[in-house]
Amino acid sequence: MSEAVEDTGYNPEAGILKPPVTNVGLVGWVRANLFNGWFNSILTVVTLWFLWKVVPPMVRWLFLDAVWTAGSEACRDASGACWSVITENIRFILFGFFPYDLQWRPLIAMFVLFGLLYYSQDRTHWKKSLLYAWILGLFAMGLLMRGGLFGLEPVDSNKWGGLPLTLLLSVFGLAAAYPLGVVLALGRQSTLPGVRWICIVYIEAIRGVPLISLLFMSAIIFPLFLPEGVTINKILRAQVAIILFTAAYIAEVVRGGLQGMSRGQYEAAESMGLNYYQTMRLVILPQALKIVIPPTVSILISAFKDTSLVVIIALYDILKTTKSVISDPEWLGFSREAYLFVALLYFLGCFSMSNYSRRLERELKTD
Amino acid sequence: MKILKLCLVLAASVLFIATGAAMAGETLDAVKARGFLKAGVNGDVYGFSMPDEKGVWKGLDVDTARAVAAAVFGDPSKVEFTALTAVQRLPALQSKEIDVLCRNTTQTLTRETTNGLNFCQVNYYDGQGFLVRKKLGVKSAKDLDGAAVCVLPGTTTEMNAADFFRANKLSWKPVVIEQASELNKAFFAGRCDALTSDASQLAAHRSVAPNPDDYVLLPEIISKEPLAPVVRHGDDQWYDIVNWVTMSLIEAEELGITSRNVDKMLESDNPKIKRLLGVTEGMGKALGLKDDCFYNVIKMVGNYGEVFERNVGPDTKLGLQRGLNALWTEGGLMYASPFR
Repeated sequence: MSEAVEDTGYNPEAGILKPPVTNVGLVGWVRANLFNGWFNSILTVVTLWFLWKVVPPMVRWLFLDAVWTAGSEACRDASGACWSVITENIRFILFGFFPYDLQWRPLIAMFVLFGLLYYSQDRTHWKKSLLYAWILGLFAMGLLMRGGLFGLEPVDSNKWGGLPLTLLLSVFGLAAAYPLGVVLALGRQSTLPGVRWICIVYIEAIRGVPLISLLFMSAIIFPLFLPEGVTINKILRAQVAIILFTAAYIAEVVRGGLQGMSRGQYEAAESMGLNYYQTMRLVILPQALKIVIPPTVSILISAFKDTSLVVIIALYDILKTTKSVISDPEWLGFSREAYLFVALLYFLGCFSMSNYSRRLERELKTD
Repeated sequence: MKILKLCLVLAASVLFIATGAAMAGETLDAVKARGFLKAGVNGDVYGFSMPDEKGVWKGLDVDTARAVAAAVFGDPSKVEFTALTAVQRLPALQSKEIDVLCRNTTQTLTRETTNGLNFCQVNYYDGQGFLVRKKLGVKSAKDLDGAAVCVLPGTTTEMNAADFFRANKLSWKPVVIEQASELNKAFFAGRCDALTSDASQLAAHRSVAPNPDDYVLLPEIISKEPLAPVVRHGDDQWYDIVNWVTMSLIEAEELGITSRNVDKMLESDNPKIKRLLGVTEGMGKALGLKDDCFYNVIKMVGNYGEVFERNVGPDTKLGLQRGLNALWTEGGLMYASPFR
């Protein structure tokens, strides 16, 4: 290796001198980027000192001194993080009230969902068979969660909670909100005044209120209007509120994309004799939706995080089950560890979404 | 036209709610037809209602609801629990999402009247108190002049404390912290001199202190918090059932009937025991239930003393003494009207 460096770096016959060691390699990079001037030098030193002060104690707290599986007694004596608040309660945090002996069912359902999502990321897989796979997968997940067929014990949706509930609310919320949002955006652009006005009123009305108030309405006021004895499932009510809310935001983003399309695209499509649906499906939407991938994804990400608001209507999503665990006197005071754990889960979800969106953008890039 | 129609529907539904006072017997019929009881609980209060690590509901309020299920169905597991927030709890009852609310709810005049609710027999007498460091040398809450007091915001707790200090012409500095777990950290870290909350909660806070013996509960209880199960106005039969099932727990303790000796007690000669357990017929039938309903309650859930010991008593993490919740014969307030 050293020979290779000498070969390219120093060639006496050509009379090329190697640049001074202070200009290349690690030292050169450090000089050029971290110490190029007194101000940056001070900043670098301060930052390094800060890191030195912060990182080792953090690593010690997070890992070295941490308690992983012992009970809360051991935790109170330890100086590190108490991860056993998670490990000791992991099944309640992940699955909530799902009957203890049957918790393998939501576990498998989640794996099916992850598997399908993972398989669907690759655009070469987007064929008819994928659609059948999803239909089959949804049926399997529904069967695992609900039971009642093939000798599986029925489980009321009231008992759903934890991570499956968060995934249910977000995955299906986003999947249903996206097409609805596209339809609303098209409706708002429509030349039919009736359709246009309905869409405008809907979008503005929903965007005018916070999600919390929609959830409150669905949980508290809506049941008062139902006839005697009729109750609509709480999860379904929250799910519908999330879909309606997210769709209104997506509609506005998509409208931005539609307005970004030049008039020429519409005219070109018309001159080829395409009707409205063909124009939209084949020419306009593929381009418009591609332009708005980044803002759409940021809406999807915030909608994913917003599902945690169902806490206020006492649905036990992953955040609520965690909170419930730390209000047990045995685990009182270990909120940091518990919240870090939940934050990590949310981060994984959000990060993979934004990662995937960047990949899609790259793949769909035509210019 | 559309809007007009919508308005009409809305008006009709409001009217429907306003006039839709339940017919007597309706709730019991609905519960029986459904096959299980729907109970609203808190979900965050250890010892009263909270899921354990297997997701099974545990607590004093939970057991009260289970007792009602045992009386109606002879099976305490036939309850579906719904965790409700403080705002949700009353609408949930009014909209018939639940049949009974066992969510450490304090009985007050306006809740009974304006909100159209009936409070049954009290199942826990709570009250607000103060927790202080022993080192402080404070013997009474009246010595807390100028103290920094940790308190949760937006609850009656904060107002009660303000009332107390004003009434006694003392100054105080409230340290308001939103989260219960943060509140207790702040107190143990010494950010405030005293912590105020319901006495049952203070016990929970103290139990997780680095050294529980360093802290002491002051003798003053500055507010009355009678916590009771709640039902809707308008269905008197259902009110009677929940009320008398709750009382049967207390009556059983007074008569010395426990879940273990209840079968032996069936042969007792004591007429009170005979009536309660349905050996002498009539009590259960009068409520619209079977005569062995109270037998089932005691057999499956236990008497009040057992429920108390199991959930909040000295052997639990809360470690509460009976205090006000002792039987009236032992200096407490738990007093059941005669079963006859």
